[in-house]
Amino acid sequence: MKISVASVPYFWSKEAYGAFYSALSQTPVDIVYLGETVCSKRRSMKFSDWIEIAEVLRDSGKQVVLSTLTLLEAESELKYLTKIARQKDFLIEANDMAAVQVASENGNSFVTGCAINVYNNQSFSRLSRLGMKRWCVPVELGQRDIIPMVSLADKLGVEVEYQVFGRMPLAYSARCFTARHHQLDKDNCQFKCLNDEQGILVKTQDGDSFAQINGIQTQSAKVSNLINRWSELKEAKIDIARIVPVSAEDTLQAVDVLSNSINKKTQSSSTYLAQDYEFCNGYWLQIEGMKFVS
Amino acid sequence: MELICPAGNYQSLIKAVDHGANAVYIGLKNETNARHFSGLNFSEKQISKAIDYAHQQGCKVYCAINTFPREQKWSRWTNAVDQAMGSGIDTLIVADIGVMDYIRSRSSDFPIHLSVQASSTNLESLNFYHQQFAIRRAVLPRVLSLAQVEKLAKNAPVEIEVFGFGSLCIMAEGRCYLSSYMTGESPNTQGVCSPAAYVEWEDKGAQLESRLNGLLIDRFRENENAGYPTLCKGRFEVHGQVEHALEEPTSLNTMDILPQLESAGVAAIKIEGRQRSPAYVTQVTRAWRQAIDSLSNKDADGKTRQIVTEDLADLAEGKQTTIGAYERSWQ
Repeated sequence: MKISVASVPYFWSKEAYGAFYSALSQTPVDIVYLGETVCSKRRSMKFSDWIEIAEVLRDSGKQVVLSTLTLLEAESELKYLTKIARQKDFLIEANDMAAVQVASENGNSFVTGCAINVYNNQSFSRLSRLGMKRWCVPVELGQRDIIPMVSLADKLGVEVEYQVFGRMPLAYSARCFTARHHQLDKDNCQFKCLNDEQGILVKTQDGDSFAQINGIQTQSAKVSNLINRWSELKEAKIDIARIVPVSAEDTLQAVDVLSNSINKKTQSSSTYLAQDYEFCNGYWLQIEGMKFVS
Repeated sequence: MELICPAGNYQSLIKAVDHGANAVYIGLKNETNARHFSGLNFSEKQISKAIDYAHQQGCKVYCAINTFPREQKWSRWTNAVDQAMGSGIDTLIVADIGVMDYIRSRSSDFPIHLSVQASSTNLESLNFYHQQFAIRRAVLPRVLSLAQVEKLAKNAPVEIEVFGFGSLCIMAEGRCYLSSYMTGESPNTQGVCSPAAYVEWEDKGAQLESRLNGLLIDRFRENENAGYPTLCKGRFEVHGQVEHALEEPTSLNTMDILPQLESAGVAAIKIEGRQRSPAYVTQVTRAWRQAIDSLSNKDADGKTRQIVTEDLADLAEGKQTTIGAYERSWQ
């Protein structure tokens, strides 16, 4: 089973991305997704900066995939998307049908990110004919949903990737919730999300965790954690275990723990993370996503 | 510009048709549509009767099969398509590409409208659905600004339909899993958001609490209007402050920008609310019919829209309305 690290969903400085990916290049991760997937206003990294990091990672033996924006509205966003989806050096991750359209028109293969709704074999076959090489399973699908799809994936030569760690992307809006919290308009957001390494926690008035706001994206407050169930995923014919970044330090730690579990073929019961996280694994078990069953 | 009205049951359909809808949209009695609520929607027999009535009055009937089938339940969606096409439905409103693929395997030209659930917000995405499935029209998610809608209406290879009035979903539809995160059931899979079966109300004397699957969504004082606990419209704590972190309980009303939508070439205005009563459908359909008809009369137009807006004010969720994302300051 291979390990991937998804694009950082949060807004970090150029230095922070540089340090994170430099450290990641030294880990046993197999696949690294790069680029901005949430908000086009976040511009600490130019296209050429991402490519520079992509080349370093590739030179250290990682497969690099260029990710793309999930909610595309403006023409400038489509223009940037087109630049990524047309290039031939790296595989791309499509997070909107616009990316599927541009990639397939240019004869490029693509990964469908989990925001592309592929819920059944008929959709799967259609996208496979258009160039889908890997299917990141939508977050709300679980073990039972996937079982009747993996044999088709195998037959069509499409890899299956499932999130095993990190907060789950649960919604996208036109509204920037981070700006709203700071009582700012989106057009004048002052890049407040740069201050939160991993978004802002939203709790109920009872103090239960609910969501994590991250610009226009709403994530699960809880961190999905299937690291100690990696062998179940393997049995279900999942090819790639996806780690979605949280803090840089804990993401690297999660890669390490997962890789050790897989290589030593052991079940790790604890992930030894620096920060406290509430975990969940409900979606995999076909119940409420926020639930955790040990 | 066409007026597309909701019909959650036969009585609402009659009211929508009688008060001037150009088309009504309905769903079947299962999770193949995004308003899978108990007591709503149409049996096979009711569909035939509904189509007969609407067609006699020159009104079209669209059927929403706009959720995302999981593989183990796939046949329920193909059965829905077979049933709808067999009953004489004018158009199918669809979100899943597998379902569109199935429809095209049966007919190369049966009218497909891209559901708002497909979350298509830009030209390349619309090109995709047009080229792959020859869709005729797309319903845009409620996340675009007026300027963006105008551009799409001008450049898109298909007709554009937008939401005009009703509950405001603030997320890109079809890509929101908040409901299944909290309850296990979502718009995509079961056609429900914040389902009623998980709602609890608790009267604590001075306060009324609403919960969804045990999680506190909101807490109301006696003088406050306690709305349905849709999970994105509750009051939550962020950095120690209690606030409507995502959205207030408010409805969408685009009456103020109706002339701009028409000049932009928007083909149709959709009214949300299959879960609402026949009386609601009557009032909203009548108001929007008047407003659209008055567009051709420049003298009366502004005044008519002002009057009907006042008539509609009480119908809105939380008795508040917004233009939503059409206006950039909302975003």
